[in-house]
Amino acid sequence: MDGFILQILNGLDKGSAYALIALGLTLIFGTLGVVNFAHGALFMIGAFCAVTLNRLLTLSYVTEDPSRTDFLGNPAKVETPYVVDWFGESVGLAMIDWVVPLAILFSIPIMVAVGLIMERGLIKHFYKRPHADQILVTFGLAIVLQEIIKYYYGANPIPTPAPEAFVGTFDFGAMLGFEPFTILYPYWRLVYFVFAVILIGAVFAFLQFTTFGMVVRAGMADRETVGLLGINIDRRFTLMFALAAVVAGLAGVMYTPIISPNYHMGMDFLVLSFVVVVVGGMGSLPGAVAAGFLLGILESFASMPVAISIIPGINQIIIYLVAIVILLTRPRGLMGRKGVMEE
Amino acid sequence: MTDQTQNPPAIATGAQSTVKASRGGMLGLTANDFRLFLIVLVITFLAPFILNPFPEGSALAQFNAGYPDLMQRFVIFGIFAIGFNILFGLTGYLSFGHAAFLGVGSYGAIWMMKLLTLNVIPAIIMAIIVAGIFALMVGYVSLRRSGIYFSILTLAFAQMSYALAYSVLTPITGGETGLQIKNTDRPLLSNIQDGEIGRANLFGLEMRSSFELELGAWLFTFNAGYYIAAVVMLLAFYMSIRLFRSPFGMMLRAVKSNQQRMNYTGLNSKPYTLAAFVISGMYAGLAGGLMVAMDTQVGPERMFWTASGEVVLMAILGGAGTLIGPVLGAGFIKYMENIISKINSTILHEWFFWLPDGLENFVVALIYPFIGKGWHLTLGIMFMAVVIFLPGGLVEGGQRIAGWIKNRRGSGDGPDKDPEHHPKQAPHVGE
Repeated sequence: MDGFILQILNGLDKGSAYALIALGLTLIFGTLGVVNFAHGALFMIGAFCAVTLNRLLTLSYVTEDPSRTDFLGNPAKVETPYVVDWFGESVGLAMIDWVVPLAILFSIPIMVAVGLIMERGLIKHFYKRPHADQILVTFGLAIVLQEIIKYYYGANPIPTPAPEAFVGTFDFGAMLGFEPFTILYPYWRLVYFVFAVILIGAVFAFLQFTTFGMVVRAGMADRETVGLLGINIDRRFTLMFALAAVVAGLAGVMYTPIISPNYHMGMDFLVLSFVVVVVGGMGSLPGAVAAGFLLGILESFASMPVAISIIPGINQIIIYLVAIVILLTRPRGLMGRKGVMEE
Repeated sequence: MTDQTQNPPAIATGAQSTVKASRGGMLGLTANDFRLFLIVLVITFLAPFILNPFPEGSALAQFNAGYPDLMQRFVIFGIFAIGFNILFGLTGYLSFGHAAFLGVGSYGAIWMMKLLTLNVIPAIIMAIIVAGIFALMVGYVSLRRSGIYFSILTLAFAQMSYALAYSVLTPITGGETGLQIKNTDRPLLSNIQDGEIGRANLFGLEMRSSFELELGAWLFTFNAGYYIAAVVMLLAFYMSIRLFRSPFGMMLRAVKSNQQRMNYTGLNSKPYTLAAFVISGMYAGLAGGLMVAMDTQVGPERMFWTASGEVVLMAILGGAGTLIGPVLGAGFIKYMENIISKINSTILHEWFFWLPDGLENFVVALIYPFIGKGWHLTLGIMFMAVVIFLPGGLVEGGQRIAGWIKNRRGSGDGPDKDPEHHPKQAPHVGE
């Protein structure tokens, strides 16, 4: 039983990332009807927002401390970050420690800008083109974005630590009354999961309970009629693209303590997220979220030693296997609507 | 032009030219197709000259592409792209997992060389058979869906093959290190001395053997492996022309333009698409087999989805659905990959030495991100530009330039033959 719970927990953080990316992909597909292969790149840009903020906050000037010497006998050099000077010792160091949560605030305007530029500058021109063209042009864009990041940040992963308070693991099993030390779970993964749930809930609430969201949903159902009612639906859809970019970006920001950001992390997640979207059903938001968590947890189960001893290599292929089975038995995915991508 | 197979009006032209097939051309090709085939044939055979236009040791020698390794890759990826184009260009099914067939074919070929004989012919035949069988299985399942679902299914199969080759199937695939021909291999039919590493050959002619010709300052290399691969490529190209012009090819185009209507007329499109998929997979297997014949090694990264993405880029960049486009695209990308990535900042400084110092540094800094390791950036930008401005790829670009020149000469043929008139294109994906 405890092993069972442990695998579910292990699947949650990856599942959260899949769900967040797939949610954004589905939002874009549902509103604009565009298959966005550059969505993984948005996830990556989000992660690199955290890296950038980390570099900005740790920008330091060097002073010499005559009271201490290094091993050569020269006065020791002390690096003082500028933020420590500006905000004082305690606040400055806390800011550097809490760089990942701070990066959420830092990344939102950047992701909005990136999303708006992408939609207005490129994707707008591809509404009337075939899906294959959309896939190809966004695929090209993904390559370009990833290469730009690689040029400026290098090809190696850049570690970005979580705040001190969330480093380490806690004994989740003992809380539930199991044997102590059977279910150890890293704090940050729990934070990530909670964050993902809140973000997903916020997006759904926004679509469900605000007038803006209602108009967007109406537009998803019947764009033309909403347009005839005198509503500028295109503008709202553009904003939804920006929202999807923000969701992907935040997913990337918060993921940095789990995987050190590298330039190809977006593509790695994108391929799986597409599988998630298709399994959930093209155009279905709850489907994307459910499939994201489902596949994340399944992947975690498949990497149990028991599963690997029964079917070797199952942990590598489980997601694709599930995708194939679901697509062949339920052609529209788990919760796909009729008439989406079937014309 | 021969390559206007993109749109319905051009299909009508194609049909008329099939009727006239007996006139003008040879080998069962129309006059136009035969001319195209001849041009390709001449270029491939003279490639060691054409690709080496600059004398050895000159500043421009780095643009020479006439060395065996690169020339072999031109033709092999040409075959791969031709095969991909049979599926994507004709039926519109966008496969994102085509590298899997190339990889599977490679593994089949290397085992043939390790166990049976170092002669490349059985290895290549084995590669085609293995890839064909694998394509039959993948295609049978994937073709039950169309559009993006088909793309994802093929991608899923390819990624599965990659993951399995990388991990569980290590006894067969060599895992991460892949397979090479080692000095412990004892193929049944080749007699090799102890401790000697077998070399791939064709009835004793080694793939890596080359004949070098020095003409003044120029050095031309004629490599056995390249010419064997080139002959295979020409055969593959010839077969693809015949296939494009055959009734079977017309059937595949019908799938692309409107599969539903085709089904309503009582035709079952599945056997046609499946046949196209398998043929396309066999082309990929052939390319994989040739790759093994040239460098006698395989690794699982050959099946990774980026490799599948690369062949998509080749076909689109050259012009999907055209005869010569994929070959052009493959050559173009492989040339850029090898040449652009060799340029470094020292070379850039040499080029722009005539500028004032500040300006020179500025220009070099401006160009630097696009060369060397950054050539993928150049590729991505070029690819985007082609998709945005030239959906027909390089071939369409060539046609536009040709048409523009024709117009300039004032041979006004009236509005009907206006080369600038491009009817609306049929969508790429059958959905």
